[in-house]
Amino acid sequence: MVEKLTEVQLKTGLHARPAALFVQEANRFSSEIFLEKDGKKVNAKSIMGIMSLAINRGSEVTLSAEGSDEEEAVKVLAEFIESEEGHQ
Amino acid sequence: MAKVRTTDVLKNLDLELVSGEDGLHRPITTSDLHRPGLELAGFLDYYPKERVQLLGRTELRFFEKLPQAERIERMERLCDDETPAIVISRDLDIPEELIESSERHAVPVMRSNLTTTRLFSKLTAYLEKMLAPTTAVHGVLLEVYGVGVLLTGKSGVGKSEAALDLVKRGHRLIADDCVEIRQEENDTLVGTAPELIEHLLEIRGLGIINVMTLFGAGAIRGSKQITLNVHLELWNSKKQYDRLGIEDEKIKIIDTEVTKVTVPVRPGRNLAVIIEVAAMNHRLKRFGINTAQQFTNKLENVIKSEPDSNTDYL
Repeated sequence: MVEKLTEVQLKTGLHARPAALFVQEANRFSSEIFLEKDGKKVNAKSIMGIMSLAINRGSEVTLSAEGSDEEEAVKVLAEFIESEEGHQ
Repeated sequence: MAKVRTTDVLKNLDLELVSGEDGLHRPITTSDLHRPGLELAGFLDYYPKERVQLLGRTELRFFEKLPQAERIERMERLCDDETPAIVISRDLDIPEELIESSERHAVPVMRSNLTTTRLFSKLTAYLEKMLAPTTAVHGVLLEVYGVGVLLTGKSGVGKSEAALDLVKRGHRLIADDCVEIRQEENDTLVGTAPELIEHLLEIRGLGIINVMTLFGAGAIRGSKQITLNVHLELWNSKKQYDRLGIEDEKIKIIDTEVTKVTVPVRPGRNLAVIIEVAAMNHRLKRFGINTAQQFTNKLENVIKSEPDSNTDYL
């Protein structure tokens, strides 16, 4: 299992559109991926789960993944939320 | 991070803050309360200082009868550094000694107009609710024939689609995709939706839909006790699926066990009907009717009682 604590830099936070992109990105990996904020952990492949966290710019979140492509998944998704525009 | 602080109790139970404002950030770690009658009488060996202390008419009347020096000393002992709050019922007058000690040690003193017993139960109920262990699960929670069914399975297996089908058939949606679960006393699990996504369902190809505006108020429910877990997974020809249903599989959520049924998904299988039947069958079992068990008993009897006639067929 790979874990990474990171800070959200996306200008609008994980707003509906970036959230949809994030989930799309997460679904490319076969690993189980989770996103955790303030002790609430949701599946990163589910858009409703991600949106229910209402993640704003500057919040600290933990990305974790478990599976064959865990390293790559955490790396790519962390880059996504650490970028300002939401693209790699 | 503390789940409940004294300030939450002050706000949610409509109490009046009298003194010790500096201690409002104190964490409350237990739902147990204490009425420090014996402590006021001088027996402090077992003083549970981490609990919220409740003073009623009896305690305060007794306190009035103590000599001045003892009054000061007892209140000094009650206002411990760990004590999250001292609450007085019935809008009673608060002794000077308590106000002075509470200000000195920053222990919040609050007052309510309720009677002591009412206040006691209200405080307990509030603290139990707030201190109950919680978790979030990826899945869909529905009420099917009165049974709280938690649908789980990998992303894209068809949980939300099955949920839509069930809602269309008159069952109720509690939460889609993310279910917040709280374990209440005597091992009950209660699921709710995170506020932001209440009443919403995400269907691939359609996007986010509002179940309440589409299907009406009867199609949704705020919270529900979870009693059955239906786990959906893609049909795996190498895996053995339960053919009899004699043994109950269980999953553990927080500390509570819930019956689990694994249903393989394959094109042409009507999931909604299978989930409906799983819920009904679960109800039947709770009423004491276990078809699989009855059938095996019957089979056993036939095999035992007719050793010869069995061979007649051959």
